[in-house]
Amino acid sequence: LIPSFPQGSNNKVTVHFINRDGDKITAKGAPGDTLLDVVLNEDLDFDGFGACEGTLACSTCHLIFEDEVFKKLGPVTDEEMDMLDLAYGLTDTSRLGCQICLSKSLDGMVARVPESVTDIRQSKDESA
Amino acid sequence: FADSPGVRFSSCTPKVCIVGSGPAGFYTAQHLLKTHQNVHVDIYERLPVPFGLVRFGVAPDHPEVKNVINTFTQTAKHSRCRFYGNVNVGKDVSVGELKQAYHAVVLSYGAEGNRSMGVPGEGLAGVYSAKDFVGWYNGHPSCRELNPDLNCETAVILGQGNVALDVARVLLSPIDILKKTDITQPALEALVRSQIRRVLIVGRRGPVQVACTIKELREMVNLPGTKSEMVEADFDGVTEALKDLPRPRKRLTELLLKTALDTPGDKEQQRRHQASRTWGFRFFRSPSEVLADADGNKTVGIRLAVTRLEGSGEGARAVLTGEVEDVTCGLVISSIGYKSHPIDPSVPFDTRRAVIPNTMGRVKQATGLYCSGWLKTGPTGVIATTMNNSFDTARSLVEDMESEALDLSSVKTGSEVISALLEERGVKSVSFSDWEKIDSVEMSRGEASGKPREKILTVEEMIQVART
Ligand SMILES: Cc1cc2nc3c(=O)[nH]c(=O)nc-3n(C[C@H](O)[C@H](O)[C@H](O)COP(=O)(O)OP(=O)(O)OC[C@H]3O[C@@H](n4cnc5c(N)ncnc54)[C@H](O)[C@@H]3O)c2cc1C
Ligand code: FES
Repeated sequence: LIPSFPQGSNNKVTVHFINRDGDKITAKGAPGDTLLDVVLNEDLDFDGFGACEGTLACSTCHLIFEDEVFKKLGPVTDEEMDMLDLAYGLTDTSRLGCQICLSKSLDGMVARVPESVTDIRQSKDESA
Repeated sequence: FADSPGVRFSSCTPKVCIVGSGPAGFYTAQHLLKTHQNVHVDIYERLPVPFGLVRFGVAPDHPEVKNVINTFTQTAKHSRCRFYGNVNVGKDVSVGELKQAYHAVVLSYGAEGNRSMGVPGEGLAGVYSAKDFVGWYNGHPSCRELNPDLNCETAVILGQGNVALDVARVLLSPIDILKKTDITQPALEALVRSQIRRVLIVGRRGPVQVACTIKELREMVNLPGTKSEMVEADFDGVTEALKDLPRPRKRLTELLLKTALDTPGDKEQQRRHQASRTWGFRFFRSPSEVLADADGNKTVGIRLAVTRLEGSGEGARAVLTGEVEDVTCGLVISSIGYKSHPIDPSVPFDTRRAVIPNTMGRVKQATGLYCSGWLKTGPTGVIATTMNNSFDTARSLVEDMESEALDLSSVKTGSEVISALLEERGVKSVSFSDWEKIDSVEMSRGEASGKPREKILTVEEMIQVART
């Protein structure tokens, strides 16, 4: 008998993304990876996602979670909240994907990519 | 032989050109190339260098924001995309000529003018627009000779948006921070000599209407070597208004209140005690006149008209009370907004709103013409906002190609004929690989002084490096 060793993939965490069209895309990442890493490593095609490459300077990695998952995501820093405040379609269970690290306890989580609601345009720059 | 549907059209490659290589130009191109399998996209840019306000607007101490350049570079290197720098559309080539050469033309040339204050004294020495001041420290070739006089104690910035805070931060930042950024060498040297110790950021309305975002405010609050100086009375009634505000506005207002009114803890007390420079918002003030010295040449102060609010929340209006207040200062920077200009008389332009009239990026009453970015929406919003509205424009264009609202049946010559025209006119365009030469020269010059890059400051030198 060949003993079955735990393979790398057994340690992986499964994430289900719901894209802007409502389609479900399942991907895997290693514990410690951020959700942005997963999107990049798996070449998931969410238009414009992660524009600042995970440096907390853009809010394009905005994701929306279910209540129970949201509670498990760990603390939010002021800086993340600051960028989130600029995100389209902000909800009470929104986070920035580049700030969330995978762990085994998040296995099977669902993360929804919000639609870009262009007509709710925030006029944030300029104008005194 | 019956044509099978589609064959007739697929035999002709759709050719699109984009005017302007800022975020709007690049995001429009990115989306077009992705959603349409054989469209060709040419980008025409006035300067020899790409990326628009990402290079010439975004503050030097915000390098993370500039990471979008990596994605833009991928787009520029796409096999169906070409970059033509150093081509001034409206002057070197007309929009009409582009329309002839391409199936569609997307205008994304941004908002390069600025709104003026319209007050006496605006033309005095010591008064600058934020657009020029920002262009100066970021190395825009047209602002190279600004040489602002920083030999005074107090600077007044009119406007309270993010650009105003960028300017305040650059004026007050410790040199040790700035010297590690890509700020230009002349600006760095001027800031080393700067006498400015106090920056007042003036707005017509109150704390609840402030136009900056919280990230930029928090950076001011935490800026090493500085402390804030606010007017307590400006915050009357603000605490009571908090509960009805939506979350982003609420958090921003809470941070303002905390900064203005809270008694600081020991650590913060000590920090403030050591601060040698101050900044503060001045609310309910509208500029009425820049005051000149005895010779009538130089700025020595500004007269502010006191306002009060009519209505509340985002929609509140500032009305004059009749009172005025003079503030002594040697530098006035007006940061009341950028503004787009028409570049070609054949293109519809809404002069009142200073945008191109459009529906979902389709220019009204002009088949084959599209617009995106600040030219489409007006000069507000961050890069992510520009990204979304540019994707929308690209979506409209692809829809029109597929629905045949756009006529793709005739073969277009694209860059071939435009390049010939430019050559005839003595215009030498700069390719993306030419830009990469400029880029690597800038980076190696920067490395020598511990900066990410040392920007080349004149169009002539850019072109010279591109040709080597
Ligand atoms: C001072 C400042 C700081 C900012 N900081 C940030 C920030 O930190 N984070 C953030 O998210 N957003 C920031 N923004 C906002 C961001 O820069 C804009 O959302 C974005 O650049 C708008 O893109 P655009 O392509 O419409 O215009 P632009 O970026 O202005 O691009 C227009 C391009 O068109 C070219 N052009 C002009 N005329 C012609 C012509 N006749 N022919 C050919 N080409 C032409 C220009 O040279 C330029 O390259 C800042 C804006 C400013 C003004
Ligand atoms: S990728 Fe920009 S904030 Fe997350």
